[in-house]
Amino acid sequence: MADIDIIKDENIVYKKSKVLTDNVMHYCPGCSHGVVHKLIAEVIEEMGIQDKTIGVSPVGCSVFAYNYLDIDWQEAAHGRAPALATATKRLMPDKYVFTYQGDGDLASIGAAEIIHACNRGENITVIFINNGIYGMTGGQMAPTTLVGMKTATTPYGRDVELNGYPLKMTELVAQLPGTCYVTRQSVHTPATVRKCKKAIRKAFENQDKKIGTSFVEVTSTCNSGWKIPPVEANNWMVDHMFKFYKQGDLKDSEKDNPDDYKKFIE
Amino acid sequence: MGELKLMKGNEVIAHAAMRCGCDGYFGYPITPQSEVMETLMLKKPWETTGMVVLQAESEVASINMVYAGASCGKKVMTSSSSPGVSLMQEGITYIAGAELPCLLVNVVRGGPGLGTIQPAQSDYYQTCKGGGHGDYNLIVLAPASVQEMNDFVDLGFELAFKYRNPAMILSDGAIGQMMEKVELSDFKPRWTDEEIQKISGSWATTGKTADREQHIITSLELDSESMEKINHRIQAKYRKMEEEEVRYEEIQCEDAEYIFVAYGSSSRICQKSIEIARAKGIKVGLLRPITLFPYPTKAIAKLAERVKGMLSVEMSAGQMVDDVRLAVNGKIPVEHFGRLGGIIPTPDEIVEALEQKIIGGK
Amino acid sequence: MTEEIIIAGFGGQGVLSMGKILAYSGVMQNQEVSWFPSYGPEMRGGTANVTVIVSDNRISSPILNQYDTAIILNQQSLDKFESCVKPGGVLLYDPNGIANPPTRKDIKIYKVEGTEEATKMGNAKTFNMIVLGGFLKIKPIVKMENVQKGLEKSLPERHHKLIPLNLQAIKKGMEVVEEVK
Repeated sequence: MADIDIIKDENIVYKKSKVLTDNVMHYCPGCSHGVVHKLIAEVIEEMGIQDKTIGVSPVGCSVFAYNYLDIDWQEAAHGRAPALATATKRLMPDKYVFTYQGDGDLASIGAAEIIHACNRGENITVIFINNGIYGMTGGQMAPTTLVGMKTATTPYGRDVELNGYPLKMTELVAQLPGTCYVTRQSVHTPATVRKCKKAIRKAFENQDKKIGTSFVEVTSTCNSGWKIPPVEANNWMVDHMFKFYKQGDLKDSEKDNPDDYKKFIE
Repeated sequence: MGELKLMKGNEVIAHAAMRCGCDGYFGYPITPQSEVMETLMLKKPWETTGMVVLQAESEVASINMVYAGASCGKKVMTSSSSPGVSLMQEGITYIAGAELPCLLVNVVRGGPGLGTIQPAQSDYYQTCKGGGHGDYNLIVLAPASVQEMNDFVDLGFELAFKYRNPAMILSDGAIGQMMEKVELSDFKPRWTDEEIQKISGSWATTGKTADREQHIITSLELDSESMEKINHRIQAKYRKMEEEEVRYEEIQCEDAEYIFVAYGSSSRICQKSIEIARAKGIKVGLLRPITLFPYPTKAIAKLAERVKGMLSVEMSAGQMVDDVRLAVNGKIPVEHFGRLGGIIPTPDEIVEALEQKIIGGK
Repeated sequence: MTEEIIIAGFGGQGVLSMGKILAYSGVMQNQEVSWFPSYGPEMRGGTANVTVIVSDNRISSPILNQYDTAIILNQQSLDKFESCVKPGGVLLYDPNGIANPPTRKDIKIYKVEGTEEATKMGNAKTFNMIVLGGFLKIKPIVKMENVQKGLEKSLPERHHKLIPLNLQAIKKGMEVVEEVK
């Protein structure tokens, strides 16, 4: 095999996770989904839990997440992933169960399910991709769309009078006693990718400790929906999304001072 | 012989679940079936059999919890009443589409809308003719006694797993709320992980081990050719059920000139009507469908060859009567009688309807 | 033997539990029974009723419009169910609070001073058992030993100490019931 001749073991500095399948991803170039998938796959591989992990995929762009991570998956109805994860974890407490949800799925149609799963303190991990827009259906307004942001259903920009305010789900679940770890990350630079991976790993490891729900928001871009090229989209995210969706840990129940989170709850 | 008890139908559902090795119940309170979850919470089966019981935030959540539990190869169930079951329809069609086994219980109350909390049988269309979107059927069992509330929990799970299809116990407020003598089933242990592997190991999401491919539970297939094949496979199961799983009871049909067709609590009232009618010299019998899907079409067609008319008695505006008419295929008159909105017809009213609509009819 | 009974009164009078004890007594002597309650908001403070059938044979309809016996505990129920007693059947009522007593001539009418006797016994809650005693005097469809077993089965364990009092109330009801001619 030619590949083996070229790529000698001693030359390898980076390898695709074994938990990622060989399927070609359907995501648009520049999309954050692929990076986050990779991080989850690496965490699962590094923790050695491929045979114990059940993923719950949403409706939205990541509906086909099951094609990319080589684990057992349940495909949920729109918004219901936390209900599925609840039952799966309760019926098989020794498994690692996570939901992978976008903002339309988690913050809009599935708002009740995520609030109640977090409030019950289900020992699950929630990965929340927040790009402020519905990607799959062609760029409509999401609950997380920023004020003034143009989408297919807010062609003149999100108007508070008409559409209300963007919803900070992550701040919301951080207030619930059932959550043990709530953080907001991104994957637009190598440094943030590394940080995000650490957060995801922690969110999975928390399932061993049975201390409640771990919630990782990944503030993301949607080049197609935002109609901005990838690099500019990253800059736009930093300039606009990060102002509203502040990056960092909102809650870590293992750290001592609960007052630390208060600054995020404004 | 199990224990003899005097119990409400709803309580019996809970006891039967604990005794048949059910792994999980996910529910949401609604009258007239709240005793199911109340009984489970009182008995705390998680301390004995290990059964999980959870009050969900909505029927939408509870049916999706059932979807997930079924995805894991577990014996899981929910119960609700009409408005709650309407909310569950999305989940039910996903469960049918993903070909998952589970048990659903509908203790029907009168509608439409919030309607009443009194008994009705007006969810026949929803249960047997669709409910959610897409081509699918539920296996539908219609208990007519508290004893059958016990028996059909086990039977429902058995059929659900045999066909990998959701099964529904279509009860009503009368059967749910009334007490009768019941012999509870003996305790069966829950399936072990090994047993689950044996029964559902080829598809359940129990964790992808190195020796097998990943298992994906989904009802999504964007390629139409493939989706048509899936539909054909699902339809083939329904045809097999129609061949092998039809259940019904015939009461005093041997010499009957007229037939009541009725299920559930209506079939009980019709038995009293038979006593009254026969005392008047009217030879009437009862065909009681036990499975509403698959429907006892052939049995009804056979009776139509030798009786003069049939009256479908339902606590609805006339839903099951469609299936009676399809089975009879125009051979003899078929009429409907029912009361609506939570009113239970009296035995006398039913005899009167038989006399007026069938015997006196043209 | 088949006995079809309606018990009707106010919610809180022990209508449903009286029916349950009667039905459980039937179970204890291996008879077929059914207990079909009115349910819902009407239970709370409004009228409550329950249809109890005890039979040697399989019970057809648990829901009826004609009864062998009506046990009536308030005026509303009397107005509603007097006409539903089968000709030759029995109507048993507690006269307390009944302004317009039953008038039918083709049925047997009995009264039992349940409220009054319960007050005398110093425990208003024994009221329904006194009425049950009255019924069992007229129609001894279940044996006393099975009524005791029925009580044991229907009452939660923590109330078992009250069984002797309940049995005493039943006996009292048997003594004081009288036919109204």
